[in-house]
Amino acid sequence: MGFRWDFAYEILPQMLLATLNTIIAAGVGYAIALIVGLFFLLGQRTPSKIINGINREIVEFIRSTPLLIQLFFVYFVLPQFGITLSAWLCGMITIGLHFGTYLSEVYRGALEGVSKTQWEACRALNFSTIYTYRRIVLPQAFPIAIPGMGNYLVGIFKDTPLLSTIGVAELFHAATAVGGYNYRYLEPYTMVGIIFLILSVPAAMWVRRLEARVNLAQGKIKQ
Amino acid sequence: MSYFTFLAEHGSTLLLGTVTTIKVLICSMILYVIISMIFGLMRLSKNLVIQGIATVYIEFFRGTSLLVQLFWVYYVLPFFGLSLEAFVAGVVALGMNFGAYGAEIVRAGILAVPKGQWEAAHALNFSPSKRIKRIIIPQIFPIILPPAANLTVELLKATALVALVTVVDLTFEAKQINSITWLSAQCFGTALLIYYIMARFALVPFLRWLEVLAARKVGREKA
Repeated sequence: MGFRWDFAYEILPQMLLATLNTIIAAGVGYAIALIVGLFFLLGQRTPSKIINGINREIVEFIRSTPLLIQLFFVYFVLPQFGITLSAWLCGMITIGLHFGTYLSEVYRGALEGVSKTQWEACRALNFSTIYTYRRIVLPQAFPIAIPGMGNYLVGIFKDTPLLSTIGVAELFHAATAVGGYNYRYLEPYTMVGIIFLILSVPAAMWVRRLEARVNLAQGKIKQ
Repeated sequence: MSYFTFLAEHGSTLLLGTVTTIKVLICSMILYVIISMIFGLMRLSKNLVIQGIATVYIEFFRGTSLLVQLFWVYYVLPFFGLSLEAFVAGVVALGMNFGAYGAEIVRAGILAVPKGQWEAAHALNFSPSKRIKRIIIPQIFPIILPPAANLTVELLKATALVALVTVVDLTFEAKQINSITWLSAQCFGTALLIYYIMARFALVPFLRWLEVLAARKVGREKA
């Protein structure tokens, strides 16, 4: 039983359509994660020790438990409290929360990457905190954060197949459905792998290029 | 039903699943460490063919999703006459996927060993294999262990995916109990807690201990 090209060709349109869903899922999940990350960052940087501690525990908890069970948790438990969300919405919320914790670390690292003397100079010039963030710190922190943010975009993209377990009709879900219908898994799963490679390898290379450029701009020359 | 009755009734099942999860974790950990050592070294080979093989391997496994690889190993390999047991398929997929990430860490670690060490080993007329084995490798552990620790926590989380290829681990049991009792909050909540405890109070302290040990071995006491 070899690879049947005619079958692969037959299911190609279906797979490409599902790929679109995967890309949308990754994009929306990423957008939510970017915002959630900001909230976690805020919790980390508030002066209150109690909020800091709670924030840290939540982040640790989300980071050290599997995304898969978090998906199940959100999908199956929320209805018990009267909140019924579609699979899509559950998936997006969970991915946003999960990767938001990672992104908050990226943001934190970037902010700490801005040298302390910048803050002192702003204090000396009597800039307000908001002004310091807006005009001095954030423009310097943003380039540092870009590679990390890019990495997690690729990471989210590669974790979208998990959404198929709660019934989101993305690429992997389509492959399983097609495979089950025709009782041939070789072609659908292989095609999923190839589509992922085609999309994520260039993305990863682009992120690496960005990283090199940021390092160069930062004066950290790599050999 | 109170939470304690739930635990009394299903706790033992969840614990049995936890044992399987730990087994999967240990087996795939061993496999991924071996693979990352081999491919990390191959990646630095001067022989272009060996280097090319390693690069393709790493890009392939990092470019596609773990879930896709897992399903491919479990559902597609039988088409080629290679049927693996679910447990073996899970361990192989996890080990190969994380081996690709680990290889990059090993590669970066070897490159981070100061050049003077290579030159000194050369000057003392050590053979190439001895240079790597006795001088370079012992020094990379303090460098690679912190990122490897992060990767290993990721591995623990990723073991949840083997439930989807019918390995009866913690996730599988939680799902099973959920479908019988519909006590979603209790069973998925408990599973999340068990994963959290495993990561936070067993795996991470163990990895920190290894880091301290490695630092001491090369004469760098950790503060």
